[in-house]
Amino acid sequence: MSEQRQHAAGAFDVRNVIAGLIGFYGVVLVLMGLFGNSPAEQAKTGDVNANLWAGIAMAVFAVTFAVWSWLRPVVVDPGADVAGDDDRPAPH
Amino acid sequence: MEALRLDASFVDYLLVAAYFGVVMLIGFAARRRVSDSLDFFLSGRSLPAWVTGLAFISANLGAVEIIGMSANGAQYGMSTMHYFWIGAVPAMLFLGVVMMPFYYGSKVRSVPEFMRRRFGTGAHLVNALSFALAQVLIAGINLFLLATIVNALLGWPLWISLVVAAAVVLSYITLGGLSAAIYNEVLQFFVIVAALLPLTLIGLHRVGGIGGLIDEVTATDGPEQLSSWPATDLSGFQSPVWSTIGIVFGLGFVLSFGYWTTNFVEVQRAMATKSMSAARSTPIIGSFPKMFVPFIVVIPGLIAGILVPEIQQLKAGQPSGLSYNEALLGLVRDVLPNGLLGVAIAGLLAAFMAGMAANISAFNTVFSYDLWQTYVIKDRPDSYYLAVGRWATVGATVVAIGTALIAAGYQNLMDYLQTLFGFFNAPLFATFILGMFWKRMTATAGWAGLVSGTLAAITVFVLSEAGVFDLPGQGAAFVAAGAAFVVDILVSVAVTMVTQPKPAHELVSLVYSETPKEQRTDPEAHRLPWYQSPTKLASISLVMVIGLNLIFR
Repeated sequence: MSEQRQHAAGAFDVRNVIAGLIGFYGVVLVLMGLFGNSPAEQAKTGDVNANLWAGIAMAVFAVTFAVWSWLRPVVVDPGADVAGDDDRPAPH
Repeated sequence: MEALRLDASFVDYLLVAAYFGVVMLIGFAARRRVSDSLDFFLSGRSLPAWVTGLAFISANLGAVEIIGMSANGAQYGMSTMHYFWIGAVPAMLFLGVVMMPFYYGSKVRSVPEFMRRRFGTGAHLVNALSFALAQVLIAGINLFLLATIVNALLGWPLWISLVVAAAVVLSYITLGGLSAAIYNEVLQFFVIVAALLPLTLIGLHRVGGIGGLIDEVTATDGPEQLSSWPATDLSGFQSPVWSTIGIVFGLGFVLSFGYWTTNFVEVQRAMATKSMSAARSTPIIGSFPKMFVPFIVVIPGLIAGILVPEIQQLKAGQPSGLSYNEALLGLVRDVLPNGLLGVAIAGLLAAFMAGMAANISAFNTVFSYDLWQTYVIKDRPDSYYLAVGRWATVGATVVAIGTALIAAGYQNLMDYLQTLFGFFNAPLFATFILGMFWKRMTATAGWAGLVSGTLAAITVFVLSEAGVFDLPGQGAAFVAAGAAFVVDILVSVAVTMVTQPKPAHELVSLVYSETPKEQRTDPEAHRLPWYQSPTKLASISLVMVIGLNLIFR
């Protein structure tokens, strides 16, 4: 891969994967909160729409992570010491 | 008596499937190396310290932490906080400030490898055998907890749940989940927080906020459960002074330093950073989330003691359908609506599976390279040992089903786990630290110290089981660990005095004083801003953890 130059980690940046998964959870939970909320579940949570609020919080978190990774991308340097052996002391 | 049953719906299973879908995709992508970006995140010595810091915490935030600490919280109350503020953070800071420069500079890859280079075959064989045994026993704990969830979801009997859980873990390892370990651990950390934070908040709301929690606990158990010191229930010592000494020396020094400084599943996370300073920062950055983890693990345990009827019965000393190990699952059942339930199940399954997979792969490495290749069949091509490793993986999983049945016999798994740590980690820590800082220590002293330390811990355990002395909490484990440590040091020193030390040139990068300074310092260190400087971060962390101890005393 010597022809490649430095570039951002993109979709495989761990922050984007976290944002994707937690964001998906957030959307599903908001939908559950809006359409799946029953009196039995309200009794469990003590009259809080827990799915809705947790879903909103997760969605906000996911957007924050996506923005963070967009503003400060991790740069992949193909010439980096990925094997971890370059700085090994020379054998005696 | 009804067994615990979680009432999961289609949506819950969808959320669980989404998590495993992502993990499998990363695993496949990692195996086929589709992207150099992914390579970057998986490869050694290139990751930012916040990523490895979270992986460091996450590798430890498994079954033990979540189920064991919430069980402890339900049974002993706030004194469980010691496992975090006394039993973890100081050792993590010590690892970052003192030990990590040495590890990173000398590039020792495993504890048995260090033992062989420092002390030769005797200590290596003893350590490799006891390490392999410890991993299989701990894998059994993880497997048992995984099976508990399968059982709670589907209602299958324990042994079928165990076999199914074992099969799931095997496929997780085979499908490459482990090759992306650090990546998954960071992901898993957020899923676990997403599961436990709402659980804690809703639970607190149900008991009437923090004030309500204090009132309820005081009314049912008395105020002792709300203060962390002197923790006489936890340690089993009647006298507050001895209890404090037992916790500070047994848990805070021997057990926790033994665990954090010699656990290479943990240390390897720090080795994956790009510089010495980042490696040192890894456990130190990890210490910040670590000190707040108990608020979403121990507090739910306390709440379960109030809200879950079966746990109330346990605390009142009545017969009950649940054990303390199921406190957290009971609270999940009673408090979370469908939807959040799925997030919780995904987080718990993820944690147990990753924990067991890590145990099994550590066993696999030690068995095929440190034992089989070194002592049984030498000088075969690498493919032969890879095949041995695969059989070792299957074998260890099968054996873990057996050790899971041992774990199933304990009401509170922390009692069991701390006992194991006393057997395995405490003597190892003593030999390790002595061997690193005392260049005269001899090869014979290496194995003799390990063996006698382990025997001392086992003796204390047998005496306590036989009823010679009675320490009902986790005090027996603390005493066993302390005895193992002291006996190991005494025997090592005594044996060293009558045997011949290794020549100094063989100890370079193995003993602190024989390792050149440039191998253990980072030339770039003075240019870093304060938030990347390991020692400054460690000071902040130390001040915060002392503050937490004072606030919740």
